[in-house]
Amino acid sequence: MINTINALTRSLNVFHLAGSACNNCDIEILDALTPKYDLERFGITLVGSIRHADVLLVSGVFNRKAAIRARELLEQVPRPYLVLGIGGCPCTGLMFRNSYNWDCPPSAYMNIDAYVPGCPPKPEAIISAVVKVVEGLRSGALVPRCLQDTTDLAVEGVGETT
Amino acid sequence: MSKRTIVPIGPYHALQEEPEFFKLHVEGEKVVHLDIELGYNHRGIEKISESKTFEETIFLVERICGICSTSHPIACVQAVEDAGDIKVPERALFIRSAVGELERIHSHLLWLGLAGHFIGFNTIWMWAWRFREDVLNILELITGNRNHYGMMKPGGVRRDINKTDIPAIRKLLDSLQDPIKMFRDAVIQDPLIHARTKDVGILTREKAVAYGALGPTARASGYDIDVRRDHPHAAYGMLDFDVITCEKGDVFDKAVVRILEMFESIRIILQCLTQLEKVGGPVDTNPKNVSGGEGIGFYEAPRGEVFHYIRSDGGNRPIRHKVRAPSFMNVPTNRETVLGATVADATIILAAVDPCYCCTERMAAVDRNDGRRLLDTRALIRLSCEKTDRLMAETGFQGPTLPDFRE
Amino acid sequence: MNKFHIITTIQTQLGDAILVVKRKSNLRIYIDITPHSLPDASRMMLKEFGARLQIATGVDTSNGLEVMYHWALDAEGIVITLRVLVDHDSPELDSIAPMYPAAEWIEREIWELLGIHFKGHPDMRHLLLADDWPEGNYPMRRNHEVTP
Repeated sequence: MINTINALTRSLNVFHLAGSACNNCDIEILDALTPKYDLERFGITLVGSIRHADVLLVSGVFNRKAAIRARELLEQVPRPYLVLGIGGCPCTGLMFRNSYNWDCPPSAYMNIDAYVPGCPPKPEAIISAVVKVVEGLRSGALVPRCLQDTTDLAVEGVGETT
Repeated sequence: MSKRTIVPIGPYHALQEEPEFFKLHVEGEKVVHLDIELGYNHRGIEKISESKTFEETIFLVERICGICSTSHPIACVQAVEDAGDIKVPERALFIRSAVGELERIHSHLLWLGLAGHFIGFNTIWMWAWRFREDVLNILELITGNRNHYGMMKPGGVRRDINKTDIPAIRKLLDSLQDPIKMFRDAVIQDPLIHARTKDVGILTREKAVAYGALGPTARASGYDIDVRRDHPHAAYGMLDFDVITCEKGDVFDKAVVRILEMFESIRIILQCLTQLEKVGGPVDTNPKNVSGGEGIGFYEAPRGEVFHYIRSDGGNRPIRHKVRAPSFMNVPTNRETVLGATVADATIILAAVDPCYCCTERMAAVDRNDGRRLLDTRALIRLSCEKTDRLMAETGFQGPTLPDFRE
Repeated sequence: MNKFHIITTIQTQLGDAILVVKRKSNLRIYIDITPHSLPDASRMMLKEFGARLQIATGVDTSNGLEVMYHWALDAEGIVITLRVLVDHDSPELDSIAPMYPAAEWIEREIWELLGIHFKGHPDMRHLLLADDWPEGNYPMRRNHEVTP
């Protein structure tokens, strides 16, 4: 287990998962890759498949349709992995929480390890968050939540409706 | 604690495919049909708006799209002002146009970068987004944020542009002239770009009209509509600018329209700045209420006309708020443009209407007979890049000469 | 074509089908027409004026389900909104998608969110909501409850 967590602190493969996002956070995430911010110098690469992901950057509120897709995708991520909620949407749902097309926050079915608030957070904030999380892993202060599984699903039972 | 429904999930299917926005049905190398599936972004904004005040709803509509972030607020406040016969000070009109045109430049540079990426020229991507950063810096200077500016309100704008900031804005606009010329020459004159984009994904004028296409997608096909000129609003009636059109409606023309529009945007902003140095006064008429009535506001966003309709009963919330983004009219044109194209060209054709970025992330090619998924987004982009490599080898053309980014 | 001429042409062509004409301003005209005259009126806007359908707005009102077709006359810089009203009990309109592909997605959205049936629509199915959205559950109706 410790070996696999250490693997997370070396070079990181990041997968971007957007669910019903306005795209601003998504563009700022991509911006973080451009030479001005240059996420790559931290050994972070954006990958195209969730099967290769170490870190998921999650943006958007995830409406009903997007939530189903997200849950299907999450089955494919090799453990351990980290999830960062980027922007105000995964934090609180912002002003979309009362929508007829929104069911529950992504934390209900995703183990989110850290949140980066902002609308959108600047690329510096996103990079800072990744760096903090990696340092937390190295020091042992942070254990990936996917290993503990604290989602509502785990607590209340998969597929159960209340 | 209130009851909550957990989204149910069916049994996981090993062969289950990821639902796509754009599903290309292919036979051999050719696309024979396109399915477009929406719904992954629908957040019920129109209904939410009915529970927000007129001022709050501006912040809501700003977040419909992160890239056309000020377009929705401008159209929305115009609809409210139309409904309530609310006046706007002249100074605010110039600020609205200036911020809107800065957004146009950053959006077109963003698109240019993505288009470059899709055909295998990552240097275009890096350069376009590098200059885009300068535009975002100026937007942050004026509005306080790189994106989601919070500038618009019924009756005017929330913040004035300081006279002391105007030299910095002029300096930025000057500094953009050469890079945009660089992109213009790189795209318009480069034979490899021609080979990849000319006669590719043609949308005829007739089809553009039939689909109600908007913005650069329409103008590239010779459908000469531009809300700024046809329905003058903000400061556009007082400004001098050209509307850029082409004739063929292929990917090349769509790129040309966007690149040349950036020069016009610079022209417009410079005129606004000159006026802002002369015209004084408030930037907000501070309306206290919106009288009962209905209003329509629309604005030429980078992708085309953004439309808002507002109905008020004299209260402080809209009783009906209709929003229509330009992609709603432009994306269906893909059914025409991608038909008969090769899979290698599919990504650039779909991207040419400048859809929501998330839409371009989710494409797939499936077998037209059994629906078996053949290629996902990454594979489609790879095919496109491979086509560029092949053309390079066959023709000897090297592609646009841009300085190596990391020099 | 000037605005006076436009309104006169509309009045001549639609005749009794016009119920109310409201000139909100020089640039905004709202014309209430009978539902069955919708196809003819739309054809007139397209052929006679070369107008562009910006969007159609559906509204649930106490008098019925209202649909406004917002037509832009770009050369003149005005918007003419044709408004129709149908009963809650029999919410039906003729589809104009066969004559104008731009209306396809517009009508699909109005059907799924407001519950108006468009007769003759070539491809009526969900656009924004999931395919398994409960039938008869129309989020933009006034009496809609949040959880389907």
